[in-house]
Parts: sequence; C-alpha cells; structure tokens
Amino acid sequence: MKQFDELSLLEIVDEVKDGDLIGIPADYSGVPMMFTKELIKKGVKDLKLYCLPLTTIQGDMLIGSGCVSEIEAAAVTLGEFGLAPRFSEAVEAGHILIKDSTCPALHAQLQATEKSVPFMPLRGVIGSDIQKYRKDWQVIENPMKCSGHKNEPILLLPAVQLDVLIFHAPCVDKNGNIQIGRRRELATLTHASKKVFVTTEQILDIDFFDNELSAATCLPALYVDGISVVENGAWPCALPGIYGQDNDEIKKYSIAAKTQKGFEEYMQNYLFN
Amino acid sequence: MIELKREELLISQLADLLVNDKHIAVGAASPIPGAAALLAKEEAKLQNNRIRVTILHSNKYNNFTDGARELFDCAAQGRIDTFFLGGVQIDGEANINLVGTGNYTKIQKRFPGSFGSALMYFVVPQIILFREEHSPRTLVDKVDFISAPGFSDVNIYRPGGPKFLLTNRALFKFNKQKKRFCLLKIHNNESIENIIKLTGFKFDVDDKITNMSIPDQTRVDILRNKISYMVSEFYPEFADRIWGI
Repeated sequence: MKQFDELSLLEIVDEVKDGDLIGIPADYSGVPMMFTKELIKKGVKDLKLYCLPLTTIQGDMLIGSGCVSEIEAAAVTLGEFGLAPRFSEAVEAGHILIKDSTCPALHAQLQATEKSVPFMPLRGVIGSDIQKYRKDWQVIENPMKCSGHKNEPILLLPAVQLDVLIFHAPCVDKNGNIQIGRRRELATLTHASKKVFVTTEQILDIDFFDNELSAATCLPALYVDGISVVENGAWPCALPGIYGQDNDEIKKYSIAAKTQKGFEEYMQNYLFN
Repeated sequence: MIELKREELLISQLADLLVNDKHIAVGAASPIPGAAALLAKEEAKLQNNRIRVTILHSNKYNNFTDGARELFDCAAQGRIDTFFLGGVQIDGEANINLVGTGNYTKIQKRFPGSFGSALMYFVVPQIILFREEHSPRTLVDKVDFISAPGFSDVNIYRPGGPKFLLTNRALFKFNKQKKRFCLLKIHNNESIENIIKLTGFKFDVDDKITNMSIPDQTRVDILRNKISYMVSEFYPEFADRIWGI
C-alpha cells in the first residue's frame, strides 16, 4: 500500500473549513500560494490566521479577499516593498481582529502544544502594550526555587492548537516524508496542528531515511494527512534553496493593493488568468 | 574627497559601533544594519579577529539551522551581542512602537507589528535603535503603543536594552540611569539647534559632541567592492538602488 495520500489541490482546499484556525508560514518557510489562490476562489470565510511569526502577501491577499476575521501575528508586511496594504486598511477600519504578538511568543504557544502542556513561559514582553492587550496571557512569579531568579515575574502563554496547516515544500520522498531543510519552524507548526497538508514541487523515488543528511532535514510522513504536487507552488514567494521571490510581481502587487479597487483588479487577473 | 551616499555614511557609522562584538544578528527590513554587520566582519578578518554575523533574511549569511525560533533562543542564552530595532515611533525613554499611531483600540495608521522586539530588547546587551527619518513624528515625547519598553523594573530579567539611537541626522547614546538620550554625533551639515527642533523628546548634549566620522578609502572600497554584492543576495532592491547591482 502507498505510504501516503496523494490528493488533488482542490481536495486539500476542501479540508479547510469556514472559521478554522489555520497555520501560516513566514515568507522564508515555503508559502503555499497556489493553494491560497484556490482557497480564495472557493470563498472561504472567517478564517483565523496564526502566523509563525509573520505573513506577507499570503495574509494580505486573504484579508483583502474577505476570508479572514482574525489574525494573530508578530508582523504583517511586504518586506522591502512596504506595508501590507489590505491588512493595514482592514485593521484601521476595524474589519478584522488583530491579536498583536511577538515572534518568540508565537513559537512558544505552539511549542506548548508540541509538548502537550497547557502553557509555556517566556521572558521579556512584560511592561509592553502587547502584554497589556493580551488578556489570554498571564504573569506569575517564578515558582521555582532552584532555577531562574527568586521573585522574578514571568509571562505564561497558553498552548495553541491549530485546526489545519498547509505549506509548500521542495520535495517529498516515495514514503511521503517531507524535505523541509533548515526550516524547522515548519515542524513546530506541524506538530501543533490537527490536520497537515503539503503541496510540493515533486515526489522523488527515493527514501530520505536511507541517508543521514536527508533524514535529518525531513519531516516524517506520520504527521502529514495529504500531499499534492503543485509545480511552482510558492510563486511569487520564494521556495528556499529552489527559487527566489519574484520581486517584480510582489512590487506590482504592493502598488495595486494600495486601494481596494486596485487590489480587486489585480486579484481578478491573478486568480483567473 | 570621496562622494558618499547617505546610506553609506550610516553603514559606516553603525560599523564603528560593532567592533567589540563576537556575534551580531540582523532582523527583518534592515539592509543598512545588515551591510554594517558584514562590513564589521570583513574588517575584523583583516585585523585577524572574528565576528560572526547572522542575517535572518539571508540563506547564506545565516548561522541558524533550528528554525525561526533559534534567534530568540540564542539571544536569550546571551549568545548575541548586538541586534538592531527600529520603530514607527521612538520616545525619549527609548520605548519603541512598531504597531501604529493613535489609540491602539481605534488605530489611525497601522504598521506591520512588533516582530521579535518584545524579547530581543530585553536580552541582547547592545540594542542599536535605527530609524532613518529624524522628525518630530518619528522621535516623539511618548509613543502611542509600547512594542517593547526602554527600561524595566529591577525585578524583571533584563540583561539587555538600548545603547544607541542612529538616525540620518544624528547619533545618540542612551543613559540607562537617567532614562534619557544624549546627543553624541551629528552629520556635517547639521546643527544642534536643528536637531533639537526636529526631535520630539528632550535630550542631553555630550560635552565632546563631534561630527559623524567619514569612512576612509579602504573602508569604502570594501563596502563597494565586496559588501555590496553580499547585500544583494538578501536585499536586492536596496543593493540595486545604492550600488546599481
């Protein structure tokens, strides 16, 4: 029997339900843009984006297309190409709820779920307005007598479990093991998600576990619910080690998306041409 | 006299602040700090010293293999000497705001967000605040939102914090005891009066205030012939704009 489920892209899209808490990889981790395109076409609603720890064009497009009700992130930005215009406008207009966070907190909340513990402590953050507005976070005094500092206030973050995660990977082996290279945050996201789907450039007729190097940089198939081959699946974002970001396209988007009308025109072309 | 771009002067000024470091890390949207860190590393090599540089948005100039959390774990372990933070607003007590302007619950202008500042500001010994625009709207009396505070109560774990603030007009040093910036250096065509006018917070002026140093030919050569190409790997738009590569 085949050791993994090969799905069509639309079958993966159908696994995402309205209202899901969905994991969003950063621009350097393999953004599933082809998947995102189909998700927008389907007209999914009320998604809650959990960004590890930030999002670029993927989050901005989902927000501009009205698919998002809530976002937890440390940043939403187009990087060198400036602000994420649909995100900024949606927050200014109060159309989406933003749970402002900071990168290490977004990692730690998923790490708690990885370990199946209810919370994770983190240093820093205390005294910031991020903490002030996060009613789901708590500060306690360090209860340990043998580690840390006595009477030290420390921040506790709740474990967060994602409903679904989709990311794009360079390649998959014949047993469904996913090559993630050094992008280990994809493993953190995966471990903390109820369902995980991967789009990939190609499936190779080899076994990553035959070689120590490829074994060390892969995500085992046991965590993954389905795989779909989608060539150029991260475009216009980068796929680390395979292709770079299409700067011309991101720039084009950054200019078009400054207004909702410009965004809609851009999307009409992006989605259907 | 070498003709220098403003960005090159800023890179050179930042590099001067990095000479004693062992490990410099550079985060998002930071081409000038990234170039400065690589310049400091190249110059250290020539002196037979070693500086490690981790540029987060680079595949090549990046020491981390344990995913995006490694930066924060590494910093918390005390293994990063210098990191750079910016701000939509920076105030006189070195609080930084990367979130937006106006009341948070009814925000006027939304910016990307706090990134990792709320931990990095606490644990990295030398944080250099870098914001090119020097105006009363960026350097304010009090920030509208604190992404990360400039100082903390004594019982809070805080080995790190602000050391310098560099803008396109001036270099300030932060005095932790007084919770106040002190003006150290200004650009050649600047006056103290103008800096006072363009700064939204009150600050001290150092007795030995000087002009910013101008990089010598050797440094300019390294920057233009070597660092520029390295920067183009992770900030192509910037490298194209400044050096045409």
